[in-house]
Amino acid sequence: MDSYINIKVRVWRQAGPKVAGHFETYELNHIFQGASFLEMIDILNEQLIAEHKDPIAFDHDCREGICGMCSMYVNGHPHGPDSAITTCQLHMRHFHDGETITVEPWRSRAFPVIKDLMVDRQAYDRIMQAGGFVSVNTGGVPDANAIAIPKPVADEAMDAASCIGCGACAAACKNGSAMLFVSAKVSQLALLPQGKIEAAKRAKAMVAKMDELGFGNCTNTGACAAECPKSVSLANIARLNREYLCAKFKD
Amino acid sequence: MWLKDSSIGRKFIMSITGLFLVLFLLFHGSMNICLVVDDLFGTQGYNWICEMLGANWYAIAGTLVLALGVLVHFLYAFYLTFQNRRARGNSRYAVETCPEGVEWQSKNMLVLGIIVILGLCLHLYNMWFKMQFAELTGIATSVFNPQDGSAIVKYLFTNGWCGIIYCLAYIVWLCALWFHLSHGVWSALQTLGWSNLIWLKRIKVIGTIFATLAVGLFMIVVLYFLGVNIGMLAA
Ligand code: SF4
Ligand code: FES
Repeated sequence: MDSYINIKVRVWRQAGPKVAGHFETYELNHIFQGASFLEMIDILNEQLIAEHKDPIAFDHDCREGICGMCSMYVNGHPHGPDSAITTCQLHMRHFHDGETITVEPWRSRAFPVIKDLMVDRQAYDRIMQAGGFVSVNTGGVPDANAIAIPKPVADEAMDAASCIGCGACAAACKNGSAMLFVSAKVSQLALLPQGKIEAAKRAKAMVAKMDELGFGNCTNTGACAAECPKSVSLANIARLNREYLCAKFKD
Repeated sequence: MWLKDSSIGRKFIMSITGLFLVLFLLFHGSMNICLVVDDLFGTQGYNWICEMLGANWYAIAGTLVLALGVLVHFLYAFYLTFQNRRARGNSRYAVETCPEGVEWQSKNMLVLGIIVILGLCLHLYNMWFKMQFAELTGIATSVFNPQDGSAIVKYLFTNGWCGIIYCLAYIVWLCALWFHLSHGVWSALQTLGWSNLIWLKRIKVIGTIFATLAVGLFMIVVLYFLGVNIGMLAA
């Protein structure tokens, strides 16, 4: 049964991108375990404001696991200790009375801290802009059922498409690699007939952008897939490697 | 050149050289088994191989290609690690955890690789320097005939307490190699794109089998001579 708990929250505070950050520990009493993690942070912020202190800056938007904004490294895990969920879907029942919860921002060179727990994730947007789309002349839109796609293929494309671009993969990776994200974006399109046409070009462009932005080289440790809130599979990385290598050897 | 300038190109080089070295290990390991067979049944298989390969042109060519493979694998390892550390940045998490399903060895490939290379140096000095090198240059690097490989190995491993220390060093070395390969083989296949939802699990099993086979072949020889040596010391 959910009950009320008293906790300590150890949060990374950093006033700006160029300033050194540090941890600050706050005591928070009477938190309902049915509350979501972000609600707990909201309560903490209200407490800080009441004390005339600067509230903690953190990214959030949908609060239902679809926008990918809520980047927090909670107790050593991106999106917290529970698996296959985002921070906004995490609830306080995963923590016990008297616990000290450590909350950090993503720490990876490609995601510089803007303030406190907020990081700049535009690097992922730039990779998308490099080729994460289908450039078709739509004309009269054909009926979706006109092109038959086998169910397993459609499922796999859908699973890859569930990536919300949250950045947990690169944040969790000891090599600072963005391969899981890029491979999910390449796969969701490469698997389907509409996306297949530009698959080679897309793989080359997105990988080139990823390398240019300074992301690391994937060594298949698998931390990304283990921490991904959408359980995107490592099999996508193999597909990206395949697409890329084939494209390069054809050139 | 994309094999140097793109991340997937660099990993491609790592995979290809790595797999090539595994194939060599299997080849080398199966030759070593002759040592045990010879010792048990009094045959001369190992020395026959030593004589056949020795310092012939194909053995030399093979050695050179091999050295190149090791060198490229080694240089790329440092290059990749350097880049990855930079990509990671200087700020470290206060709380680090190892998520479920992440193998310890996959995060320590460079360290394991360095242990393997150090072991390799010792091994080259003990074996290659006294066999192929001696034969090639005509310099007597040991008291043994460079073509009598079997005697060289046997002496090294069964020479009293020294032999025991050598055996232990080799065992540590081989363990590091096993950990390195148990991640390396499947990782190489994944990098080459030979994986999907079904094959991902399979290539991990294939990797473990290859690692165990390659290391096992060497381990049998070391353990056998360790046993022989302990038997001699006890008697
Ligand atoms: S692959 Fe997973 S962890 Fe990476 S950005 Fe997409 S949803 Fe987030
Ligand atoms: S706030 Fe949108 S996914 Fe968490």
